[in-house]
Parts: sequence; structure tokens; C-alpha cells
Amino acid sequence: MAEAAGNLAVEAAEENRPGPGNVGDRVFNGTLWALGVMVLVVAGLIVLNLALVARPLAKEHSLWGFITSSEWNPVDDRYGALPFLYGTLVTSALSILMAVPVAIGLALFITQFAPAKLGRVLTIPVELLAAIPSVVYGLWGLFIVVPWLRESIQPWLGRHFGFLPLFQGPPIGLGFLAAGAILAVMILPTVVSVSVEVMKTTPEANREAALALGATKWEAVMLAVIPYSRAGILGAVLLGLGRALGETMAVTMVIGNSPRISASLFAAGYSLPAVIANEFAEAVSDVHIGALAGLGLILFATTFLLNAGARILVTAVQKGPSRISG
Amino acid sequence: MKKFLMGLLLVAGSTASAQSLLINGAGATFPAPLYQKWFSEYNKINPNLKFNYQAIGSGGGIKQFSEGTVDFGATDAPMKDDQIAKVPDVVHIPTVLGAVVVAYNAPGLKNLRFSGETLADIFSGKITKWNDPAIAADNPGVKMPDQSITIARRSDGSGTNAIFTDYLSKVSPEFKTKVGSGTSVNWPVGLGGKGNDGVTGLIKSTPGSIGYVELAYALQQKLTVAEIKNKDGNWVKPSIESTTAAAAGVEMPADYRVSITNAAGKDSWPIAGFTWLLVHKDMKDQAKGTAMVNFLRWALTDGEKMATPLDYAPLPQPVQERVMKTIDTLTVNGTKVSAK
Repeated sequence: MAEAAGNLAVEAAEENRPGPGNVGDRVFNGTLWALGVMVLVVAGLIVLNLALVARPLAKEHSLWGFITSSEWNPVDDRYGALPFLYGTLVTSALSILMAVPVAIGLALFITQFAPAKLGRVLTIPVELLAAIPSVVYGLWGLFIVVPWLRESIQPWLGRHFGFLPLFQGPPIGLGFLAAGAILAVMILPTVVSVSVEVMKTTPEANREAALALGATKWEAVMLAVIPYSRAGILGAVLLGLGRALGETMAVTMVIGNSPRISASLFAAGYSLPAVIANEFAEAVSDVHIGALAGLGLILFATTFLLNAGARILVTAVQKGPSRISG
Repeated sequence: MKKFLMGLLLVAGSTASAQSLLINGAGATFPAPLYQKWFSEYNKINPNLKFNYQAIGSGGGIKQFSEGTVDFGATDAPMKDDQIAKVPDVVHIPTVLGAVVVAYNAPGLKNLRFSGETLADIFSGKITKWNDPAIAADNPGVKMPDQSITIARRSDGSGTNAIFTDYLSKVSPEFKTKVGSGTSVNWPVGLGGKGNDGVTGLIKSTPGSIGYVELAYALQQKLTVAEIKNKDGNWVKPSIESTTAAAAGVEMPADYRVSITNAAGKDSWPIAGFTWLLVHKDMKDQAKGTAMVNFLRWALTDGEKMATPLDYAPLPQPVQERVMKTIDTLTVNGTKVSAK
């Protein structure tokens, strides 16, 4: 009975949707439209504004030349974005590599394996991590993580995996590895809490069906929970990636701020947001300011492209064959 | 009734203008603590006058002053000719001096000395080890370890960078062509820390490191600092006095736009520079202009006495006297402002 009533209500609501005769509805509808359009307008204006500020740069550099050049020399007004783009991508990828396995494991434990009470308690410290200001992460990175990397982790990696170009060079602590590690901790709460919410939506019936077929707890997770929440977990990872790409303060404190491209994760690098924050206040020449705005545009484009790509990926995953139930 | 209302309006108007005189400024971060002190002290003497100073950096200060969005600017690097072309009536008023010192963290080593050439070679990446013959020659009798040098430098654009690279470019032609001078430069080697505290953090946490920070910051943090050989060939310790001495050893041009790095004089600290306030030669706002000129007179006399306790180096006497004469030439709508 209640279900039937609910269906009726839904039908009624759908009939009312355009609300042609109702002034209140039309005003409300219009307001929401305006809000939606405003988001696009603001994003468009930001791009336009950055492009205007970057114009003096365009007189001296071609777009492709700016992206592919790796020289950054404010004294001679010669600018290239490549080392910064490289640093941003490498540190973000590193952080995803380090954070995602931990985050998914933690989310599975909280939703599937831990007693309900423990699960609720565990989410509190994880969410607390998200509330720590990034400058505090930076300080912690500079005074705790960096010396630890320099004295323990990097020498160990160098001894055992030194044959890989990734782990060569003197262990200085600051650099890509330190920035990636800090970012991993910073994006962990985002990935965990969204994954937890997604996994919670797995219908109990799916899990019970798997268990009834004789699956172990582990198999039930792999059969029912993971396939059901795959798209959502991917979304969680993307949210984390978005934060990693744009993080400024914590990264600039531990990455070493050297505009150089090196294969070694031990080396010092630089990231797009970090150089903008560092040099903007004292940039005097129009070309220098233009170059920094250009870096802003590249960061914007990178985030946009990654998000768009991710959306395509999420759609593809949702249509995936091994999905058990809709 | 009408008269009464008019009177009321007049009273309201005059009290409002007396209360609301606000002078806006923006610019350099280095002298900001001293300027804030000046503004709050001056406000105690003149309760009707308030200053609003935004420490947004020298570049921003020059820009906002040129665009007329602030009444005065402040900068650690003098305006370049093409910038002055946009505001031809700008007057540079030197207020105090800043110095940059070389700090290091070399376990077991103290009282190190560096000549300018050695420093330039270290910061351009030519000298990479502590036991390099050039460092050993500067420090006879000291046993130098066979350890790599880690360079800590400023990653953010700053007046500290400008003064330090200006000095290195003066003492080493090679540094000048390879790196050059400016608020942001392309350092060939080293790790970048944000701000004085970032560089200090790098130095303290990295054994075998060397870097540069502001004198005031080094004094407050009690960093291990190096002696440097000045132009006259003397080894000098960084201090407020040796910084003031540097300004006395330089011939001062009429517009005060002068670099005082590598200054002559036996006690001169070689890595020092002025910081300037930027004002218009002829100010258009009667009340603000008059207040500004009187404030500058106060700042260069009573204000200078507050510099040393805050670890800024005051101007040497002859320079201060000259600046006072320059302040007397400032006008408001073409008329000079008589001293109170």
C-alpha cells in the first residue's frame, strides 16, 4: 500500500515538473537556472581573466614553446612550464599510488569487517585528518617526514632498489618523494570517507546472496561490494587527485622548489601552484606575471582534462560487464 | 531651523573628516614590522590619523603605487627607469637598512669565513664540497670535512634575493652572467625554502648546508652566521652597526636609488640594502598630503630610534640629514608643507 502511494506521489511530482501555471515554481526554477549558469560564468571569467593577464607572455613565447620549455629564468624573462607540470603530475601520481590502496583497505575494513561500533569510531580520526590545515602538514613534513626520509627510508631504498633510476642520487629528504608522501596523507581522508559512503550503499541482498552461494567473506566483498561500488571508488580517487593537484602550501614546503626535471624521486622539484604562490607577490615584469598566469591556466587545463577523462572512465566502469546488480 | 540643520551638517562633516583620515599604503614585507610599529606609535600622537599598510611585497607595492590605488608604496628594490616612466613624480625615501647574512650548518665547524668570490662559486654550484681549496684558503687552520654542500635559498621572490644576488653579481662576473640578480632568479643548484623561516628550517634540518637570511631573522633565531670579507679586505661580522656603516661608505645619488652591496669602508657589511617608501613629489589631497609629509619627518627622526630594538639598521647620520631635506621639498598642490 505504502509503496503504491509513493509511486503516485512520484508521478504527481513528475507531472508538476515544468509547473507552467505556477508563478512560485517558475521563479524558483529560474533562480536555480541562474545559479547553475553562474557557476559556468564564473569558471569562464576566471579563464578569461587569466588569459588576459598572461597576454604579455604570448608576445614572447608560443603556447607550445611555453609548455615544452624547461627553462625558468625571471632575470632574462625566459619561461617554460614543463618542470612545474612534471612536478605536479609526479607528486600527484605518487600520492595516489600510496594513498589509494590504504584508503580502500581502510574503507573495506570500516564497512565490511570491523564491528559496527569500531567502524564508526575509526571514521572520526580519518575525518579529522581532513581538518588539519595544509601549512601544518607542511611543517610536519619539513621537521618529521623529511629527516625520516633522509636518514632511513631513502638510504634503504637506495641500497635495495638503487638500480632503478627512480631511487638514485643523494638522499636529501626534500623532493618528489616527500611531497608525494605528504599529499598521500592529505588525500587519504577524502578517499576513505567517500569510499565508505559508496560501499555502504551496496544492497545487503547482494552480499547475502554471495554468502548464501558459499562465498567466504573475502569473496563476498570481491563479488558483491567492489563491483557495486567501483564507479564510486573511482570518483573518490578523483576527488583525492583534485586535492593533490592543487595543493600549494604543504607541497612548496617539502618539494625543494627547484625547477628541474629528474627521473629520481629523491631529487628536488617544483609544482605549478607552488611557483605561483612563491613568485607572484614579488613579480615585477609583465612577462613574469604573465608566465605565472600561464602556469595557472595550465593547472586549470590539467585539472579539467583529468576530470573529464575520469568522467569517461567512470561511465565506462559503470557499464562494465561484471556488475551484478543495478 | 535651516541654519541649525546646516550647522549640524557642518559639525558632522568636520568631525567626520577629522576622524576618518586614513592613509593607505602597500608594499615590502621586510620592513613591515617596523612600519606597523611606526604607524601605531604615530597614531598615539595623532589619534585622528590612521595608516593602513598591506605587506603584499615590493612588486605589488610598486604596481599599486603606480596605478594610484594607494597613497604611498614601499619597496626593497628601487624602481627601474621604465617603472618610473609611469609615475615620473615618484620620490624614493630611504627609511632603514636591511642586511642579508650567510648562515650554515656544518657539524663541528664554527666561526667560518667566506670571501665574496667563494660565496659566488658556492651558490653557482662551482664549489660542491666543504673541503674545497677556496673555502680552506678563507679559513686557514680549520679542518674541513669531505662533505657535500647543500645550498638553501629563497624560493619566493624577495628583496633578500635581490640584495644577495646583487652582491654576488658584483663580486663575481661569472655569477653575473650565469645567474644574474633579481627578486627571483634561476638558481642552478640548491633547495628552495619559502621565506626566511623556510630557509632557516632547511639549514637547521640539513647537515652540511649553507644559506642566506635577513639579518634581523638571524639575530632573533641565533643562527650560526659567517664572517665575510668586504671590499676593503676586512673580515666583518654581520650586525646592525656594520650594516649602517655600509650606507655611510656609498656616494648617495639625488634620487637615493643606489645599491650599497659591496660598499667601501673598513667596517662595512657587504650584503646590505636600503628599503624605501614611495611617495609623490606633489600630493593632490590637501589633508592626506600634509599628514604624510609630517609623518615622514617624524619617522626619519623619532621613528629611526625604534629601528635598532627591532633589529633594523638605522640610516647613518649624514644620509638621514639629507633625506630630511628631501622631505622638505615635497609639496601638496604645489605648496611646501611647513614643519609643525
